[in-house]
Amino acid sequence: VLVSVICSPPQNYPLYIRSVPTENELKFHYTVHTSLDVVDEKISAMGKALVDQRELYLGLLYPTEDYKVYGYVTNSKVKFVMVVDSSNTALRDNEIRSMFRKLHNSYTDIMCNPFYNPGDRIHSRAFDNMVNSMMMQVC
Amino acid sequence: ITEVCGAKRVGYFGPAQFYIALKLIAAAQSGFPVRIESIKNELPLPRFMALKNDGEVRYGTPAELHGVKFQVPHATLEKNSYKRTDEGDKQEPKSPPMSPICSPPASPSTYQRIPLSYGYGKSRSGLEQQHGAPYEVRHPTHQQDGPSSGNYGAKPTLACSTLNRSLSVEREQQDSNTHYSDDPWRITEEQRDYYINQFRSLQPDLNSFISGSVAKNFFTKSKLPIPELSHIWELSDVDCDGALTLPEFCAAFHLVVARKNGYQLPETLPETLLPEYLQAASLKPMRDCALFDSYSEPLPGGQQTRDFSRTEKASAEEVPDNSALLQDAKKDDKKALKVSTALKMIPKEFQHLTVKTAAQESNALKARPRSRSYSSTSIEDAMKKGEEPPTPPPRPQKSHSRASSLDLNKIFQQNAQAVRSGWLPPPPPALPPRPSVSQTEQVSEVELHPQMNRPPSQAEENSSAKKEVVLAQPPSKPTRRKLRTEAQGLETPELSPTINVTSSLPAAKPHLPVQKQSSKQKRAIQTAIRKNKEANAVLARLNSELQQQLKEVHKERIALETQLEQLRPVTVL
Repeated sequence: VLVSVICSPPQNYPLYIRSVPTENELKFHYTVHTSLDVVDEKISAMGKALVDQRELYLGLLYPTEDYKVYGYVTNSKVKFVMVVDSSNTALRDNEIRSMFRKLHNSYTDIMCNPFYNPGDRIHSRAFDNMVNSMMMQVC
Repeated sequence: ITEVCGAKRVGYFGPAQFYIALKLIAAAQSGFPVRIESIKNELPLPRFMALKNDGEVRYGTPAELHGVKFQVPHATLEKNSYKRTDEGDKQEPKSPPMSPICSPPASPSTYQRIPLSYGYGKSRSGLEQQHGAPYEVRHPTHQQDGPSSGNYGAKPTLACSTLNRSLSVEREQQDSNTHYSDDPWRITEEQRDYYINQFRSLQPDLNSFISGSVAKNFFTKSKLPIPELSHIWELSDVDCDGALTLPEFCAAFHLVVARKNGYQLPETLPETLLPEYLQAASLKPMRDCALFDSYSEPLPGGQQTRDFSRTEKASAEEVPDNSALLQDAKKDDKKALKVSTALKMIPKEFQHLTVKTAAQESNALKARPRSRSYSSTSIEDAMKKGEEPPTPPPRPQKSHSRASSLDLNKIFQQNAQAVRSGWLPPPPPALPPRPSVSQTEQVSEVELHPQMNRPPSQAEENSSAKKEVVLAQPPSKPTRRKLRTEAQGLETPELSPTINVTSSLPAAKPHLPVQKQSSKQKRAIQTAIRKNKEANAVLARLNSELQQQLKEVHKERIALETQLEQLRPVTVL
């Protein structure tokens, strides 16, 4: 089970949600929404000027009994949230990091497209393909 | 005909029936009897008098009949006037027609286009292949030539409405030229010219970029919906930098044109639209092939080979020649630039080398290939990568020659004092067997020495090892010197650090002044240096292994000696 969400400031509405498998989606949406608070909290806690890759990765935000939530924030305060099944213990921190990195890279590629207005929902096929392949890899 | 081709039986004209019918028509018109067998003859094109296009319009008869879904050339849109009443139902049951966006009105029912999802270009069933000679020439005998060229000239200055009209003209040109390559994703010469003109209107320098916003405004004029434009951008901006180079722009424009003509956009960029492909059909075949493999192609493999054969034809055309020449010129410039930077590097390195110790020398030498890459731009690197694979084979032979090896000798004899002893650097590749032989000799000498000399104690093993080497030096000196005169004296700092004896070896050698060298020699030098470094590494490893063995042998000997000593008193007693 894997859900990835990209949320953009200021209102933090989601630009992109993809989950595998697709049942119980609402529950994951809810989880993501609640975890956004945690993300915000972490961001404000950081406060320092220097922001580098390691700090972009927020790590395990909130472990519930069923699943774990990971967060990542970009320099422009775009948040990536990933919900992973707890039973998927094979997922190590490195893998989560690399997944976030891939997401970030694809996101910047989308940004380069002049026809994309920041704040729109993301409809890029390349992005979809990347996310799908990533999720298939995990599940 | 209808009966023969099977339409009556099936009840409609499927593609196969359609093709057969056309062929039969052609056969009948050329006087052959209307039978299935006559299809096999080489038939001229059937003539359909009902079509009026201000001129003659000819259809190609399809060469492939089976299993191929066809795409009708766009020019056939004019042939809407052709009423296939006598042939009954169209291919409606077959596939949903793709109504092109800016198609002329009326029924595409007569000629329907099968969506590209079936396979782009694959279904170009040779409808265009059989166009006559006039179609081989770029400009068709279409009536639209007049207005089309007029439009063509006026395009760069006109606004969106003209763009639309010109797009339709382009479409016809594209249609008539698609016969040249069955592939709708291939850019033809007029198209390329047109795109280049458009590029120039946006950005006068052909080698530079069009920024994203400029391109966005431009493509928005084509009135395609934004998501589609976004997708087109995604496909064509291969390096994802938010700007379009000329080939990327051509690809994007081509996709826009295709979309306006009703083709569905592909999921991935077709190979004929790749920037590298567009840029240098002749330049970097290797990289192209690698890239083609990496892209998923909607075209089948057979199509691919055909396309390749056609690319050679295409590359014979003027515009690609120009761009290819341009690329060649650029490449040559870059090569020259690289050589000149390499030349500049070398005098600097001489300075380095004269001053430093062996360890530092090694670093400098190691840094030399690295700094070479720093000094060149990234494009040069790319060019170099393209260049280097082909060129190395000739170079080693150059380094075989005495002249170049002597030159190298000159270089490295400046470091002569600082060069440590140790294993000799290998001579140029032609002579590798000898140094290894000599080194095995030296090794055996070294191993013999300890047995002869009986070193005092275990504690001095290391020093004894050193000593052995020192001792081994004099006997091997003559051999080494002999090899040295032929070899390039590359010092070997990586060699076992235990051997820290600096030799006074080369004192006797003449210090030839470094003459000015040709660039070729320098390149030879650099290759030789590289090779020497590799050989160095190998020898270093060998050396360390042998040292290890040496140590073990020492230990054994010492153990035996002590045993012997223990035993001796017993026997004496």
